[in-house]
Amino acid sequence: MSRIAKTFDRLRGEGRKALIPFITAGDPQPDRTLPLMHDLVDAGADLIELGVPFSDPMADGPVIQAADERALQHHVSLRDVLGTVRAFREDDERTPVVLMGYLNPIEVMGYEAFATAASEAGVDGVLVVDLPPEEATEFSALMKDRGIDVIFLIAPTTDAERIAAIDACASGYLYYVSLKGVTGANTLDVGSVAERLGEIRAVSRLPVGVGFGIKDGATAQAVARVADAVVVGSALVRQIELHRDDPDTMNQSVTAVLREMRGMMDA
Amino acid sequence: MPTTPAEPAIDYYDYPDARGHFGRFGGLFVAETLMGPLRELHEAYEHFSRNADFQKEFDADLQHYVGRPSPVYHAERWSREIGGAQIWLKREDLNHTGAHKVNNTIGQALLASRMGKTRIIAETGAGQHGVATATVAARLGLECVVYMGAEDIQRQAANVYRMKLLGAEVVPVTSGSRTLKDALNEAMRDWVTHIDDTFYIIGTVAGPHPYPAMVRDFQAIIGREARAQMLEAAGRLPDVLVACVGGGSNAIGLFHEFLNDREIEIHGVEGGGEGIDTGRHAAPLCAGTPGVLHGNRTYLMSDPDGQIIETHCISAGLDYPGVGPEHAWLKETGRAQYHSVTDDEALAAFHALTRIEGIIPALESSHALAHAAKLAATRSPDEIILVNLSGRGDKDIHTVAALEGIEL
Repeated sequence: MSRIAKTFDRLRGEGRKALIPFITAGDPQPDRTLPLMHDLVDAGADLIELGVPFSDPMADGPVIQAADERALQHHVSLRDVLGTVRAFREDDERTPVVLMGYLNPIEVMGYEAFATAASEAGVDGVLVVDLPPEEATEFSALMKDRGIDVIFLIAPTTDAERIAAIDACASGYLYYVSLKGVTGANTLDVGSVAERLGEIRAVSRLPVGVGFGIKDGATAQAVARVADAVVVGSALVRQIELHRDDPDTMNQSVTAVLREMRGMMDA
Repeated sequence: MPTTPAEPAIDYYDYPDARGHFGRFGGLFVAETLMGPLRELHEAYEHFSRNADFQKEFDADLQHYVGRPSPVYHAERWSREIGGAQIWLKREDLNHTGAHKVNNTIGQALLASRMGKTRIIAETGAGQHGVATATVAARLGLECVVYMGAEDIQRQAANVYRMKLLGAEVVPVTSGSRTLKDALNEAMRDWVTHIDDTFYIIGTVAGPHPYPAMVRDFQAIIGREARAQMLEAAGRLPDVLVACVGGGSNAIGLFHEFLNDREIEIHGVEGGGEGIDTGRHAAPLCAGTPGVLHGNRTYLMSDPDGQIIETHCISAGLDYPGVGPEHAWLKETGRAQYHSVTDDEALAAFHALTRIEGIIPALESSHALAHAAKLAATRSPDEIILVNLSGRGDKDIHTVAALEGIEL
């Protein structure tokens, strides 16, 4: 059983929901990511989504765009990100790591080379934002051969037929994008999210995470009532941006946001 | 005697396939939120492109609003001076708004209206597509927002003002390299946020399916007219077609009609900037590698880590790190050849056409002219080279003047 499946199994047994922080690897500096990942786990992260910086992050709002730009000032590459995961695995065998990013860095490395390198580094899942299932056949097969889950997005604009098609290609969990917009956008309507999750669950047995627009403990708590996992990105990355010059304060501020969410989700 | 069966000839009109692929290029590489809207767009386009009323309205607008057909013109004096092949120009510079861009914005805006969309967004580089979009939005009474790189806003102040006069909001884009690619990113972000009421008019034959095919179809009027006009004016078809390629919409507009005429050479010309070997250029087909950006697989300028790199070109309209996927495929099949022209060569052609023929060409089109002049010098006076003069150069006179140390 994959690390991701085990994590969701364990949480289900405990009657808890997964808390999934997203940070961009190499933001604000390459050597700050590894200690932050460990601190995120200490603060209650069940799984970490690690962003692979890209020059043209089309699906991201200004907060994560700026994070990518900070990382790219240090030329953080896909290979560097895999190195960070490998280093994380030396001290943490339990927490799944999902890489999230855009297709071009993977295309340039080559699907086969990436699949092998990701597997050797201890990556558990990959979410490629601009690779819908229609274009993912070859990529998914290579990843699944190595036991790496391929995670796909479902959006408010995805109809029932597509949900079924996506479910047929997906493994690990499904990521429901809570709103029409980019990451870090403002409004999340829990009522409509709950309704959509019902439609997804009618089709899929995979756990469903919800992301985009989760800002604080209250939204995390509300979403955790209806979803299997809560994904938080921009709210954490904003703290990284604010405190980027002071490593200790930065990690404390980021984990404080996460702890508040953890507390309210488990309450 | 057994004979080797000939390789079955590609029918270029069979492409793209149902999912938008030109060979291994093209396709649909976008985040999930856009998949439904793109399918809706595809269905609407399929429907209306076969609808007689829609086509009639489109054709009437091209005739009475744009001023089509645009003429072909034999640049006799320039050809004589070069002393080689005869250079003819397809005069897209004479269109309303001064470039080929309006052919496409009229088509897409009509589609937007039929789909019940009330808000139009666009990206722009040189500002020509932005002006062409603002123009049709004004005419149809649609709200219009144009994303433009902050760098380009500096380079193209007159076009920015034109868009504002036409009632569009021009949003400066300060992320990334602050040019066309970043404007495209920002327009995509706007679209995904306002998907219910907004139609995104992409200005070139790039982007996710169905944009490369749809924009090509709206621009293909250029080649259709050119075929008939050359037969009438010169008594025969040209030997070579030449067009500049940024995203590649004016080029595909001219080329498409002639793809199955195998005896006609097809040359696309990219922005060579300071020279290909300096690395400071905008020539992905000449010096790039395949990758995925802005919804399609194509040739890109990216670094060894897969990050998109900054391009350099004197003309904002060619300053783009990708290229339409159909061009990538035409390069791969060998049907078209792609060359580059440096900033200096383009400027020389700009001055030559202006002084010798009394036509001030856009700096984008000047790249095609420079290549055509080089080529003409090596060919016989019996040959005909047809160049797509995709836009007029009024918008560029500040750039040219500044290079000569003149403040207007």
